[in-house]
Amino acid sequence: MLTVLGYNIGPMLAQGMLGLINGAFYAMLSLGLAVIFGLLNIINFAHGALYMIGAFVAWGLLTYLGVGYWPALIIVPILVGGFGMLLERVFISKLYKLDHLYGLLLTFGLALIMEGLMRNYFGSSGMPFAVPESLRGATRLGFMIMPTYRVWVVVASFVVCIATWLTIEKTPIGATLRAATENPALVQAFGVNVPRLVTLTYGAGVALAAFAGVMAAPVYSVNPGMGSDVIIVVFAVVVIGGMGSILGSILTGFTLGLVEGFTKFLYPEASGVVIFVLMVIVLLLRPAGLFGKAA
Amino acid sequence: MLMGFSRPQAIGVLLMVVAIVVAPMLAYPVFLMKVLCFALFACAFNLLIGYVGLLSFGHAAYFGMGCYVSAYAAKAWGLSAELCILCGLATGAVLGLVFGLIAIRRQGIYFSMITLALAQMAYFFCTQAAFTGGEDGIQQVPRPSLFGVIPLTSDMAIYWVVAAVFLIGFFLVHRVVHSPFGQVLKAIRENEPRAVSLGYRTDDYKLIAFVLSTAIAGAAGATKALVFGIATLSDVTWQASGEVVLTNLLGGMGTIFGPVIGAAITNTLEFYLSPFGSWVTVTQGVIFVACVMLFRRGVVGEIANRLKVAL
Repeated sequence: MLTVLGYNIGPMLAQGMLGLINGAFYAMLSLGLAVIFGLLNIINFAHGALYMIGAFVAWGLLTYLGVGYWPALIIVPILVGGFGMLLERVFISKLYKLDHLYGLLLTFGLALIMEGLMRNYFGSSGMPFAVPESLRGATRLGFMIMPTYRVWVVVASFVVCIATWLTIEKTPIGATLRAATENPALVQAFGVNVPRLVTLTYGAGVALAAFAGVMAAPVYSVNPGMGSDVIIVVFAVVVIGGMGSILGSILTGFTLGLVEGFTKFLYPEASGVVIFVLMVIVLLLRPAGLFGKAA
Repeated sequence: MLMGFSRPQAIGVLLMVVAIVVAPMLAYPVFLMKVLCFALFACAFNLLIGYVGLLSFGHAAYFGMGCYVSAYAAKAWGLSAELCILCGLATGAVLGLVFGLIAIRRQGIYFSMITLALAQMAYFFCTQAAFTGGEDGIQQVPRPSLFGVIPLTSDMAIYWVVAAVFLIGFFLVHRVVHSPFGQVLKAIRENEPRAVSLGYRTDDYKLIAFVLSTAIAGAAGATKALVFGIATLSDVTWQASGEVVLTNLLGGMGTIFGPVIGAAITNTLEFYLSPFGSWVTVTQGVIFVACVMLFRRGVVGEIANRLKVAL
């Protein structure tokens, strides 16, 4: 048995891998929150609920319509993203002129409605979602066993995060988006339809959450509480990273997942709070967050 | 102008006191005590949201920890009722001081997220700490006597204690809000940079208001624990934090009667909807959306606006 500093390396790396998977979800969700916050100036409390809805839609497609994992990975973000755009048009768009806290309260209410409805129809216990055929099995690495699906989650979410970052930093639409974040009135004066851009951005952020939901479905059981469990941790991740930087939120998400995983191995009792403790430390040392600009 | 109340407010206070005295003859006292405890909790929360403009999204931590400490003090130490409530108050104050010092380092929406994350930390602590009893909570807490001599075993006896605690808290919040200190708080709410430029240390003011609010929230939780003889995890959850936000939003943020009316409405709804399980959550969500979209002043705020008076 390989050991490092007296610890078995196998279980430690296994927990680290689990942590990295959590980190992948933190990264995708905090990325969406950051993009939405940048343009809409609201904290989307419904983000966790929409992630949960993503998982449920994937489950429903499979159970009722026989649509498998791979098509779901494309269909679900489009469906849920469309639903998000509807929410933005009907509710959120009416609040831009008000204090930001109303956006938080509204999306909190929407999250309660979604979670409550799902609980009514599906109960609180989870629904299993099978790992797709092509990603089953595991690789024996000698010191640990590496399930294929977990590798896929980490790689795929990393690719999606980087693709999002590239879209925002390197493409014309990304440039418009960044400009609108800086000064929407001026961008509107240049002939860009800013309200539509806002709607699309919200839709894209939600689609990212839904994508994370589909990815999460085979890892965790699909249950109504999965969103609210994760969203509070993601808030802490966002506070630690600061919402100013896209790459920053990706990096913070993955790193914190990894830290949480190792904590689970070294001192399991603290694994639930380690991210919150880190948040406190960061706030004391660098109140604007690791990648944030001072307010 | 009676004790800083305008005439309509004084009439309102009078009506409220009469209602508190008469209500136990008409309704179940235990339910009324629950309403009063949550109303006090909501008043404490209103001090922050209504008068300083701070949205704390983790107020259940102070309420719930107040519950736990008071239940523990009554059961393990055998303290009398007023000391249990003071223990809850102190717990809320100390926890509020620590969390407040951290959270006040960021403004606006970040403040809300930080308070929520800190409260979740408190929740995890409660699931694991030895004295809270984990999933079971602290159960079968004997009702302590008042000052060690007056027994509170009958529901009516403890009802007057709860009513007194509520009224003290209610008047305290009103007193704070209508003091020179309260004027500075309102100035911070309206324009923090300007308050800073006038020479006020706004962070200190915010922290004092925060601690006052969390202390009262702790006392409210402590009182609730004594009434029901139980302290559980459900009072520390983020859902409980959301509920007190809802109570204020529905009743009317920044009005003195809003939190009380809000608590009465939400508890009544919960009472009638509880057989339907998660429909309570759905209803709460719908009320949130309806309040934000349609009447942001809340019930009392809308009435006050119609009558053109401050309530």
